[in-house]
Amino acid sequence: MAKQHVSFNLNGKKVDALVEPRDLLVHTIRETLNLTGTHIGCESSHCGACTVDLDGKSVKSCTVLAVQAEGSELKTVEGLADADGLHAVQQAFIQEHGLQCGFCTPGMLIRAYRFLQENPNPTEEEIRWGMSGNLCRCTGYQNIVKAVQTAAQTLQQA
Amino acid sequence: MDNTADMQEREDAIKGIGCSRKRKEDARFVQGTGRYVDDLKFPGMLFADMVRSPYAHARIKSINKEKALALPGVHAVLTADDLKPLNLHWMPTLAGDVQAVLADEKVHFQYQEVAVVIADDRYIAADAIELVEVEYEELDVLVDPHKAMADGAPVLREDLVGKMDGAHSKRVHDNHIFNWQAGEKEATDRVFEQAEITVKQDMYYPRVHPCPMETCGCVASFDKINEHLTVHLTSQAPHVVRTVVSMLSGIPESKIRIVSPDIGGGFGNKVGIYPGYVVSIVASIVLGVPVKWVEDRMENISTTAFARDYHMTGELAADSEGRIKALRVNVLADHGAFDACADPSKFPAGLMHICTGSYDVPVAHLNVDGVYTNKAPGGVAYRCSFRVTEAVYVIERTIDVLAQKLGIDKAEIRRRNFVKVEQFPYKTCMGWELDSGDYHTALEKVLTAVDYDALRKEQEEKRAQGELMGIGLCTFTEIVGAGPSRNCDILGVGMFDSAEIRVHPTGSVMARMGTITQGQGHQTTYAQIIASELGISSDEISIEEGDTDTAPYGLGTYGSRSTPVGGAATAVAARKIRAKAQKIAAHLLEVSENDLEWEVDRFKVKGVPGQEKTMKEVAWAAYNNVPEGMEPGLEAVDYYDPPNFTYPFGIYLCVLDIDKATGEADVRRFYALDDCGTRINPMIIEGQIHGGLTEGYAVAMGQEMPFDEQGNLMGNTLMDYFVPTFVETPHWETDYTVTPSPHHPLGAKGVAESPHVGSIPCFTSAVVDAFAHLDVTHMDMPHSAYRVWQQVHELGLDKSA
Repeated sequence: MAKQHVSFNLNGKKVDALVEPRDLLVHTIRETLNLTGTHIGCESSHCGACTVDLDGKSVKSCTVLAVQAEGSELKTVEGLADADGLHAVQQAFIQEHGLQCGFCTPGMLIRAYRFLQENPNPTEEEIRWGMSGNLCRCTGYQNIVKAVQTAAQTLQQA
Repeated sequence: MDNTADMQEREDAIKGIGCSRKRKEDARFVQGTGRYVDDLKFPGMLFADMVRSPYAHARIKSINKEKALALPGVHAVLTADDLKPLNLHWMPTLAGDVQAVLADEKVHFQYQEVAVVIADDRYIAADAIELVEVEYEELDVLVDPHKAMADGAPVLREDLVGKMDGAHSKRVHDNHIFNWQAGEKEATDRVFEQAEITVKQDMYYPRVHPCPMETCGCVASFDKINEHLTVHLTSQAPHVVRTVVSMLSGIPESKIRIVSPDIGGGFGNKVGIYPGYVVSIVASIVLGVPVKWVEDRMENISTTAFARDYHMTGELAADSEGRIKALRVNVLADHGAFDACADPSKFPAGLMHICTGSYDVPVAHLNVDGVYTNKAPGGVAYRCSFRVTEAVYVIERTIDVLAQKLGIDKAEIRRRNFVKVEQFPYKTCMGWELDSGDYHTALEKVLTAVDYDALRKEQEEKRAQGELMGIGLCTFTEIVGAGPSRNCDILGVGMFDSAEIRVHPTGSVMARMGTITQGQGHQTTYAQIIASELGISSDEISIEEGDTDTAPYGLGTYGSRSTPVGGAATAVAARKIRAKAQKIAAHLLEVSENDLEWEVDRFKVKGVPGQEKTMKEVAWAAYNNVPEGMEPGLEAVDYYDPPNFTYPFGIYLCVLDIDKATGEADVRRFYALDDCGTRINPMIIEGQIHGGLTEGYAVAMGQEMPFDEQGNLMGNTLMDYFVPTFVETPHWETDYTVTPSPHHPLGAKGVAESPHVGSIPCFTSAVVDAFAHLDVTHMDMPHSAYRVWQQVHELGLDKSA
């Protein structure tokens, strides 16, 4: 199939890729651009393991075409930490034991990163609804909720 | 600083057993640098995808590969006929049966693997499977296991016709797999005939799927020049996989390397050996390049290893005070089209005969018949230890029914029947020896914590107002840590596990185990065990698992066996090192070994303050100054064959309210007390319990794999198959008691599966309890809103105001 050029900002750096029009964004990120932190759990938008931040919105990259990302600002889990170290959500997940097998974690983190910008001071119920597009089989969510609360506090104080 | 404060400071610095140490694994996972199978990429790597059967039972009339092969980028299309010359079209299962790798003349279940396509990338492979033309002739389908052994039932396994000697017993019908019994039938029947009170309850434990976030997959790479095979795969038991691959392929085990990298959850789903692995290995050998196969979610739920599917009848005989006199359990087990249960070889029904639970049951009998149906094979332990979930379910449900019949409170009937603290170690009438427990203390702790009497009073008031409030109770005993090699093996390999520890000259440690973490945090907790045994900070101890080239042979991680078996091996190996270190310390201090005592991280000469050597000093000496005749170095290996299983227990209580209009059950409180013996990392234990409770909630409240009459699986996506989100998942309250195992070197028992095993009957108990005043004794899972509403509707409760 004929390939098409696509270009966007990925974690703050401009990237170019040749993709088929049908290529899913998650495959382009993982296989063409070699950032494998974004995972595939269902290929049907249910599990959220592939969540990325696309132009300021949490998006499930298994149901977005790579060509749709043209010209966008894209952030994946690899883009959360900066020169100062881990992002507050990453630190909070470690602190509160918000992960076990780690497979859903990148999607959870990138969703939490956006959610706390949408709602910087959420209640537990708001966290549970706001994060409900991301599934986890290991933690029972309770410690993820705590981690999001902890991250919210840290970000508020910053 | 006085000595106590100094000791405490050194103790804290070690971060050993009992410390809620943060996890070593997390740094890579939160930065997206975990390495899971699908993250691996090798030069020249191709992708495999499966052609699967749309029918549950059909004869394959023809397979035409031409169009698929003509597609640019397709390298091969393999069918059973291609595997036949290699004798790999069928493979042995862990249960003594055989399973078609690719369908051989017939398909036996919907989504069965019929052909595999190997292509440049996953997109081309997906295109090509659509181009493989398979002509089928549909056959009569057998879905209902109750009809499996009827006259005239369609015969599923033509390869077994006339072979009436099964792996575990005589077969009495072509669709029969085995009959298996435990306990004493005649003695049990006699007690039932004379009993004051008997109860009998039928119950179905639905077919469910473990559904880890990461599906199953592998990358097989065969090096033609060195004739060396490397397979990275999602396995909970990589060493067993190496043995099986060697037996199947004829490649010596020394030329096979199996690597389980980071695993995205297992829960039993990743114990088995699946056709996808076998065909990837064959394709890599044939094509000489690495081949990756990763299943999608539909393939995962449909084909790789379901759990449960037990049709059970529980019966109790008792006196009028509710004291149990006998237990009788009958099971019809639906194993699907091939018996691929993952159990210790001698136990076709796993450890189901632990079904006497936490109770002093004088006599019991268990009868299990396994049958074939046109469904996917499996029978794995979904976050449980070999059918202990089914066992706990049947006894906990039946004792509730007995309580109800006698009008005795369900907490009180358990008090009357518990094995008493002074009876441990307690030999059950089925032959198990429960190692330790204190059920009464744990029960009272929970009842006090939730104010049980007040809850019952509230329930009475709610009932008077026509509202539905349920209180569930489950007082379970697990059996984990398989297992003693006298009765536990897999394909003839005893179910020991292993640890190898090396103390380096500068006092840091590298240790490798035969188990494999899938989220349990072994890199963190095994280091804590070694830290406490050797007095070296856990931060200086590296743990590696999952690579068969480097790790000692072990049976892997499932059935909560890592702490009971792998953890024990780790402790014993560390003790071997400390024993050698003590000799070196005595040599350095020029005293007798017996003059030394151990204190946190050092050997001290008894009664001579200041005369001491730290483990780090000893480690250095081990490489340059050992006693005459001693070999240098400071390493040890231990292969630990446990003397017994361990028996963690718990008391769970659930309070829920049912909405009569929708049937929705709102879990308002769930209190889980667990006793797993010695606690290695309380933070991780709590996390494991939260996860297990949530998986229990999923099973009890929504998970099922229903089939229609044609054998179509109705619900194999995450749209249909229930995985609870943040929103449905209840808030969990946890608590504990500590009753160490007397035979485990650390007193630890294992914990991760208890919350799954114990919570499921607790939810059913609570849902049924909401209707108990209306003479409802049992409701089958899943307790989805619709199904609960049906009960509401049947009782006419939705019509009342």
